[in-house]
Amino acid sequence: MARHVVVVGASLAGLRAVEALRRRGHEGSITLIGDEAHPPYDRPPLSKQVLCGAWAPERVPFRQKEGYDPLNVDVRTGVRATSLERFDNRVALSEGGPISFDGLVIATGAGPRTLPGASDLSGVFVLRTLDDALALKGALVPGARVVVVGAGFIGLEVASACRSLGLPVTAVELAEVPLSSTLGERMGRAIMSLHADHGVEFCTGVGVQELQGEGCVEAVLLSDGRTLAADVVVLGIGVRPNVGWLEGSGVEVEDGVVCDETCATSRPNVVAAGDVASFYNPRFGIRQRVEHWTNAGEMADAAVRRLLEGPEVEPYAPVPYFWSDQYDVKIQFAGHVQPGDDFLMLDGAPGERKLVAVYGREGRLTGAVTWNRPPKLIALRRAIGQGGLLSDVKEA
Amino acid sequence: MKIVVDFDLCQSHGLCTQAAPELFEIRDDGFLYILNEEPGEAMRDKLDRAARECPTGAITVDG
Ligand SMILES: Cc1cc2nc3c(=O)[nH]c(=O)nc-3n(C[C@H](O)[C@H](O)[C@H](O)COP(=O)(O)OP(=O)(O)OC[C@H]3O[C@@H](n4cnc5c(N)ncnc54)[C@H](O)[C@@H]3O)c2cc1C
Ligand code: SF4
Repeated sequence: MARHVVVVGASLAGLRAVEALRRRGHEGSITLIGDEAHPPYDRPPLSKQVLCGAWAPERVPFRQKEGYDPLNVDVRTGVRATSLERFDNRVALSEGGPISFDGLVIATGAGPRTLPGASDLSGVFVLRTLDDALALKGALVPGARVVVVGAGFIGLEVASACRSLGLPVTAVELAEVPLSSTLGERMGRAIMSLHADHGVEFCTGVGVQELQGEGCVEAVLLSDGRTLAADVVVLGIGVRPNVGWLEGSGVEVEDGVVCDETCATSRPNVVAAGDVASFYNPRFGIRQRVEHWTNAGEMADAAVRRLLEGPEVEPYAPVPYFWSDQYDVKIQFAGHVQPGDDFLMLDGAPGERKLVAVYGREGRLTGAVTWNRPPKLIALRRAIGQGGLLSDVKEA
Repeated sequence: MKIVVDFDLCQSHGLCTQAAPELFEIRDDGFLYILNEEPGEAMRDKLDRAARECPTGAITVDG
């Protein structure tokens, strides 16, 4: 099919799409468009190894310059897609003329949410890009008092990195228990105590009223009237899919680009993958947007298959997986859990820094979480994919 | 075809063991073991998949 494939978004999903196109035999030309100055690089180390100084930033690119030669792809960095034409297969760019395509992969990911007034104050950071990470790292000088707003995975990884640098950290979280919407209340509490054991202070069940300071941030005013003195504020309050450029294009958007179970959008020959995509997952019978590393790669491959092979391809029905590194604990999770799912600790305990736990609904496995037990997690991910029963793993 | 794992990078995620259980195993000590360092061509697809899905880019295929 497609002679010229354009991939918009030059990060994990975009690069994996280019690789999959070549691997699956696409012989036409490929253009990869990304608005960041850097060629594709890996984000997970940004809040981990890069922030605590264990890795130089040179280690994060996926490929070196020569690495693109075998892919035979025109990589255009520092160029933004500004719109997709409604009735023509053409994308307008911030630089140079519009570009025509026979097939289009939307891989524009997501960008961090922020707070009103945040951009007027120095010392307030988000963490999504390499540039964000280097700017934040530069501010983590000895003695800096850090306030993390939002105790999600990014916020808690930042807290962990800052504690390893010896900086005092307070985490502010709107929910009573961090991460309870993703991992359930018990696991959320366990992660909270892991951080408390490492000296993180928590203010939970409270929002931020205002960021205060003249020119640079000095304090965070909470909605219950408390004030936290701060030299560095890191906002980890979630992301929004980057879909602004698709306005008026006829590509349906609702909390991300709406895709069916084959990664196809509402326009022919246009597919989407990664953090930007809201897809129907037949395995759980739900529509979801997955903001994790493994999904970006797997979905890019599935989206390319749809582009090359048409609607008859096998549906994309992943068991979502993610990990997070906090202190010396590797937290791994697979599945999709909803409020009210059963929770069962199979082995270990938070205090031992090793555990295996599962989630279930109506007797069926819906998720699994482990701390420092990778082989168990992989086995459980497989079991979830096969529609495994809670009773089976209880005995194992 | 030879499997090379950079053990300084490997963080025992175990995704390679799901992609190619014939080639990779994580044992109870938490470390990754390569079961067959020089598999035949028939394993190439699975091995490529394991390399691609490894979150740390620890796996390369030589040859
Ligand atoms: C600090 C950090 C730590 C993380 N840690 C983990 C982890 O431990 N485990 C895990 O599973 N996941 C983790 N993730 C999530 C993971 O990195 C993402 O799921 C992944 O990057 C998604 O890839 P993507 O290509 O879909 O989107 P993105 O990586 O967001 O890339 C989209 C790209 O498109 C560009 N773009 C946007 N709009 C346009 C436009 N109009 N024109 C051109 N280019 C555009 C963006 O600038 C960006 O470069 C982490 C993320 C961050 C930020
Ligand atoms: S997937 Fe990569 S990091 Fe994980 S065990 Fe295999 S080689 Fe190691």
